[in-house]
Amino acid sequence: MTTVTIDNVSRWFGNVVAVNDVTMTIGPGVTGLLGPNGAGKSTLINMMGGFLAPSTGSVTLDGQTIWRNEQAYRHIGIVPERESMYDFLTGAEFVLANAELHGLPDPGAAARKALATVEMEYAQGRRIDTYSKGMRQRVKMASALVHEPSVLLLDEPFNGMDPRQRLQLMDLLRQMGADGRTVLFSSHILEEVEQLAHHIEVIVAGRHAASGDFRKIRRLMTDRPHRYLVRSSDDRALAAALIADGSTTGLELGVEAGRSALRIQAVDFARFTELLPRVAREHGIRLYEVSPSDESLESVFSYLVAA
Amino acid sequence: MSTVYHPTVARLTYRALLGRRRAMILFALPLLLIVISVAVRMLTGADDSTAREVLSGFALATMVPLIGVIAGTGAIGPEIDDGSIAYLLAKPVKRPTIILTKLLVAMLVSVGFAAIPTFAAGLILDGNSQHLAVGFAVAAAVASIAYSAIFLLLGVVTRHAVVAGLVYALVWESLIGNLVPGARALSVQQWALALASKVADGGAVSSDVGLPLAVVLLVGVTLVATWFAGRRLRSLTLAGEE
Repeated sequence: MTTVTIDNVSRWFGNVVAVNDVTMTIGPGVTGLLGPNGAGKSTLINMMGGFLAPSTGSVTLDGQTIWRNEQAYRHIGIVPERESMYDFLTGAEFVLANAELHGLPDPGAAARKALATVEMEYAQGRRIDTYSKGMRQRVKMASALVHEPSVLLLDEPFNGMDPRQRLQLMDLLRQMGADGRTVLFSSHILEEVEQLAHHIEVIVAGRHAASGDFRKIRRLMTDRPHRYLVRSSDDRALAAALIADGSTTGLELGVEAGRSALRIQAVDFARFTELLPRVAREHGIRLYEVSPSDESLESVFSYLVAA
Repeated sequence: MSTVYHPTVARLTYRALLGRRRAMILFALPLLLIVISVAVRMLTGADDSTAREVLSGFALATMVPLIGVIAGTGAIGPEIDDGSIAYLLAKPVKRPTIILTKLLVAMLVSVGFAAIPTFAAGLILDGNSQHLAVGFAVAAAVASIAYSAIFLLLGVVTRHAVVAGLVYALVWESLIGNLVPGARALSVQQWALALASKVADGGAVSSDVGLPLAVVLLVGVTLVATWFAGRRLRSLTLAGEE
């Protein structure tokens, strides 16, 4: 029970299409579901978790429909994005309740093991409403792991975690992937996905934009034209010096927010980032501001969709 | 595991019902009834018609439906609202089992907080003269059971379950029921009164509905509401926060 298949799935809410004819197969190992906020990642995960019926198409776990099939939860663990849990319980009570609901033969032992896995034993006796966001996230994780599922679905699991907790959760997910479990997590942060997943699925505006090896997609992302906004002590001289190099394809002198500025389009990211400070130093030009003007995820993603 | 009752679901529901702020009303209303009964008894002495006024006008017409709203909607509504029901639904537990367990808890809580105080109030008011205390306690108990099922269903189908429940309990049962004679036949309160009139001494309590019809309607409404709640929970959609 390890392969989740999404077959020609669309989901709309009234007139809004949240997921548009997506087909993908999620198998063992760690898969990152990447996309900007509002792209339809949560809708997809909710359908994989059986919380939402697809409007058309099918979502199956090893051939069995997940929607309205509560037996599928014997194999699926879910970490929802929403914060709310049974806040009036302690962490230990919450995980134990989850173990009991799964009908495990020894729920107490399973709950203790899951809490140990996420290193939450020290706070297990405290009520959940006293927890930080990262602690909540880990207890949610423990509740999803308690029955040792073969498929783990996590919706934005790193939100609100501090760097140490983030690394620890990444190690845990990596380990689960290496054990042959299917681990799918969503994120809108490129670096998270890069650090954890070898395989990624990119969703943009409800559509399946890209799929495959992370390095390949990353290369597509870094090789795209980059745009920068630069302010310096002499924009015109800087522009003249930069255009001589092949890493830039376009330069425009103009006014931005009431101050003069130089817009640059670069095609070779690595070379340009090395070139700019060198040229400025050689010509005695002071750089006041260098800011990428299209680094927003949306522009990266829309570039990917076009590619 | 039994198909009608899951102890873990019951435990979570009890703690949700009695642990949150709305539980204050569960304690406050019966307390108010007892305080009123003691005051009335001290002021007017043991009087059957006054006792009937208090038990019918406050206990059965106001307190019982309000407690039903709190227990019935509170057993499931807040979990659906804040999304924590996801942890219940993502389990190999049948949806009707979840509904039946929650219903059982809501019924026990509302019977406990409505029927028992009603009986106590009856004893305080006139010492169960004409079996008024027992009669109204039975009425409160069956009304609590029906209200639990109706308001649990409301908790599943609408996010405004408390408001809808209050409108039903206060506007329909109290206001329309008193103004429009035909509407009384469609009132849980009147069905319950039919049982009270059977239990209490002849003529002590009157109802607009005959006993057989009342029993059929009480049972029918409870069963249909429960069945429908289970059906709706099965198709409950948890949309993300997108």
